[in-house]
Amino acid sequence: MTALVIAEHNNAALNIATLNAVAAAAKLGRPCDILVAGHQCRAVAAAAAQVVGVAKVLHCDAPHYAHGLAENLAPLVVRLAANYSHVLAAATTNGKNVVPRIAALLDVAQLSDIIEVIDPETFVRPIYAGNVLATVQSSDRVKTITVRTTAFDAVAAQGGNATIEALAPGPDAGLSTFKGEELTKSTRPELAAADIVVSGGRGVGSAENFAIIEKLADKLGAAVGASRAAVDAGYVPNDYQVGQTGKVVAPTLYVAVGISGAIQHLAGMKDSKVIVAINKDEEAPIFQVADYGLVGDLFKEVPALIEALDK
Amino acid sequence: MKILVAVKRAIDYNVKARPKSDGTGVELANVKMSMNPFDEIAVEEAIRLQEAGKVEEIIAVSVGPAQCQETLRTAMAMGADRGILVQTETEIQPLGVAKLLKALVDKEQPGLVILGKQAIDDDSNQTGQMLAGLLGWAQGTFAAKVEVGVDTVDVKREVDGGLQALTLKLPAVITADLRLNEPRYVKLPNIMKAKKKPLDIVTPADLGVDVAPRLKLVKVSEPAARAGGVKVADVNELVAKLRNEAKVI
Amino acid sequence: MEREAMEFDVVVIGGGPAGLATAIRLRQLALEHGTGLSVCVLEKGSEIGAHILSGAVMEPRALAELFPDWQELGAPLKTPVTDDRFLFLTRQRAFRLPTPPPMQNHGNYIVSLGNVCRWLAQQAEGLGVDIYPGFAAAEVLYHADGSVKGVATGDMGRTKTGEEGPNFAPGMELHAKQTIFAEGCRGSLTKTLFERFKLRAGVDTQVYGLGVKELWEVTPQQHHAGSVTHTIGWPVDQATYGGSFLYHLEDNLVSIGYVLGLGYANPYLSPFDEMQRFKTHPAIRETFAGARRVAYGARAISAGGFQSIPKLTFPGGLLIGDAAGFLNLPKIKGSHTAMKSGMVAAESLFELLRSESEIGKEAVDYPQRLQNSWLWDELYRVRNIKPAFHWGLWPAMAYSAIDTFVLRGKAPWTLHHTPDHTSLKPAAQCTPIDYPKPDGVLTFDKLSSVFLSNTNHEEEQPCHLTLKDAGVPTRLNLAVYAGPEQRYCPAGVYEFVEEAGTPQLRINAQNCVHCKTCDIKDPSQNINWVTPEGGGGPNYPNM
Repeated sequence: MTALVIAEHNNAALNIATLNAVAAAAKLGRPCDILVAGHQCRAVAAAAAQVVGVAKVLHCDAPHYAHGLAENLAPLVVRLAANYSHVLAAATTNGKNVVPRIAALLDVAQLSDIIEVIDPETFVRPIYAGNVLATVQSSDRVKTITVRTTAFDAVAAQGGNATIEALAPGPDAGLSTFKGEELTKSTRPELAAADIVVSGGRGVGSAENFAIIEKLADKLGAAVGASRAAVDAGYVPNDYQVGQTGKVVAPTLYVAVGISGAIQHLAGMKDSKVIVAINKDEEAPIFQVADYGLVGDLFKEVPALIEALDK
Repeated sequence: MKILVAVKRAIDYNVKARPKSDGTGVELANVKMSMNPFDEIAVEEAIRLQEAGKVEEIIAVSVGPAQCQETLRTAMAMGADRGILVQTETEIQPLGVAKLLKALVDKEQPGLVILGKQAIDDDSNQTGQMLAGLLGWAQGTFAAKVEVGVDTVDVKREVDGGLQALTLKLPAVITADLRLNEPRYVKLPNIMKAKKKPLDIVTPADLGVDVAPRLKLVKVSEPAARAGGVKVADVNELVAKLRNEAKVI
Repeated sequence: MEREAMEFDVVVIGGGPAGLATAIRLRQLALEHGTGLSVCVLEKGSEIGAHILSGAVMEPRALAELFPDWQELGAPLKTPVTDDRFLFLTRQRAFRLPTPPPMQNHGNYIVSLGNVCRWLAQQAEGLGVDIYPGFAAAEVLYHADGSVKGVATGDMGRTKTGEEGPNFAPGMELHAKQTIFAEGCRGSLTKTLFERFKLRAGVDTQVYGLGVKELWEVTPQQHHAGSVTHTIGWPVDQATYGGSFLYHLEDNLVSIGYVLGLGYANPYLSPFDEMQRFKTHPAIRETFAGARRVAYGARAISAGGFQSIPKLTFPGGLLIGDAAGFLNLPKIKGSHTAMKSGMVAAESLFELLRSESEIGKEAVDYPQRLQNSWLWDELYRVRNIKPAFHWGLWPAMAYSAIDTFVLRGKAPWTLHHTPDHTSLKPAAQCTPIDYPKPDGVLTFDKLSSVFLSNTNHEEEQPCHLTLKDAGVPTRLNLAVYAGPEQRYCPAGVYEFVEEAGTPQLRINAQNCVHCKTCDIKDPSQNINWVTPEGGGGPNYPNM
């Protein structure tokens, strides 16, 4: 049987998180269809048809699908579910919003935030903020799953050639109305949800010096974080803190600047996909977890890095 | 209007969880347990709505072993009016919890159900959405702001990249995110008063709900320690690696 | 803002073995006599047991007096001591010595004292005691006549600078006919009572030890339930008072700890690192092959014994447990004496509250009742052992043998103590100690250890480690003693960091495990440990 991936999009473009969900579906070893439900989202359906590994795109267009409201989207998926063994979505806020509702309507369990497919019934997912991994098995007829995007390398967005099938929309449930969106485009992304995080530690030395961290963050379109030492020293406010008592983050790229790597900090960022450390102390524990380490003076290296990123 | 608030007894957020050495579960013997922090936010929101005159009664509900009475007492010390414990010694998964809550909603007829968006133990983030689905109600998940009107509720939701504003028809289910509010400190005299508030105990069987687990836990393990990578010579090599090898920028 | 007040007959400060035993005994007596008696226990930890750290081998004598049916009631004393070893260590070798009589553990149990307290709290609540964990007693309240009126809990929700934050909740006053201080070693309120009522006049200074403990889950092959080992000697030199314990509990758990006398002289000494290094001894390390560390913590203990016991009563209240210093150091046990003192105090209080309805009375017969109990005799007999260690290890061992076997603790003299904070020598006169680097398998650094204590404090609150003079840490401690707080603190709270080219003391108060060592050992007594917001501090499981 086939797996169904619910596309994440804004009616204009396919969100790349969908490619990670398709990658997870590919690990199931079975063909995969994509549902593109939205409003005036033909371009998204066309993009989805290009994704490698997709057999069929189901395109459902109606005004009440424009914002992915779970009350309307869930019944649509439930209608399709009889044909599928798995229903997957990226574990974005949209995916997390709708998939459990689908599961309840199907009277099946849901598997959240999977990081590994062992077999089509068995999955690994983090629990206890990633401090423990649980291997769980579902014998439900349909497995409903959200996928941690950083755990599955995206499939190629181009190179596929799926058919696009139009799907008749269901009714508007009339339970919820979209009123607006405040996207934080102009300012930096929110720490917990950011794709890239640049954090500064005590090595930054002062509140004024933190500007150098912010500059690098802006260059990368990243959120700004800090170690507890930097927060305690008063360089930045409390809500910048990454670590056990602050926020747990798992971005695609985490850049630790002037951070020694106390265990509390590591606990807050160890699930990041790629970790970069810049520190003058070669012995700093941060290097034990960093994929790429650069030993050097951050006041020299960070400006150089900003410059190199421009090239 | 009545509000029903669901509260889970979970490992305290300061305590580091560790798998049992035989991999059958997480070591919880004599470990500090507390109300799930997101549920605390849910209780606080209900109390604020009551203080604003929007709500007559707050019912706190918990599902789990007898010790969940403590969690309900905490909710009542914060300000909930009464508690209901669905007592069971077996682990109940989110779908089962949602079904139990639905049974209580059918009985109590609240206008609003507020839950934490997820519990910090199993990190499922499912129960609120499932409950809304089972009830056929609107859902306002990951709420950062809640404004209750006459027969609707406006919810600002934390979504990737910003906030989304929705208007939901009442009755509705709301799940609380971190920024919704900051829960109050529990006061000593209120702890004493909470001991005298009504607390009913029912079982899943009383409610006629099948709560058999659907997912089988095969094992739990500690995540593999992260291995260190390479040292790069300079920023140019770093940028090259990030672009071509890791492909993250 | 006006504080609310609640009234009780008795308020107990601290939910350890002493405080809980008092509360239990009081309610038992009230129920036996059919009279009402309201008893409240305040505990600064997030739950009962959260701040309890002990070896521990427990002598069940006091427990059996409190609950003759403790075994049927399910008290968590599950592992009887089966095997008792006493070792003298050199760097490479271990020599078995005869186990001194005070250290013989036949009939005792290896326990988690935290779990014993959790169990005691259940019994107490069953008997009608109100227990409030998560509330720190921050201030002693007095009547106009100077007698103790009760305590106030700390404010919650103040900002770092002390202003009222958005969720500010003022502290509560708890008024009582009698207030019982059971704060444990170096209690922050007990300290103020010593001064106010001159309770230490005419007694020896109190001296202390710091116990650093880890809990390990070892492989079944390395586990011998009921096995008890104590060591002396390496890694500390013969002038330093220190020794270890190694107890095999149930469920493959092993408790390992190192107790170091805080009267040490070399400011470069680090009790934490002595503990880490101790584990690498050939006779010790094999126990931990393939094992994993599951918990860490530290706590100071009172070591002064008999001659350091202060006056125990004052109008409106009294002291029990290790707040008074009832620990038996040669036995390295204090939970049985803590409980016993609490039970004796309860009996005295119950009589007092029955006959005297007024407030602010002094339970004057409590010390007399104690003197007639086994506790007094036990502490008297061992009173000369600890001070003898002032002469160094071997003279002390020789003296101890004579004192114990020949004189049987009835020597016609009493040796005296000197205060721990005066014992440091200037760094210039001492050799730095080169501790080995942690390997992350058997030995660890401080921060990854503190991580396992589950310690936390709400960030937005005034620092609970207060300095009388903010200039002292650099002017005196760093300049003369090379900053000893960086090393004696087992939780990495104190750090000297360069700021604008000059070293400054940074206090990472969030790491604090409430061991009280800084309050004890700071050379000029410049650090005053006060209670942080209730619920802060470690969350020890099974410690």
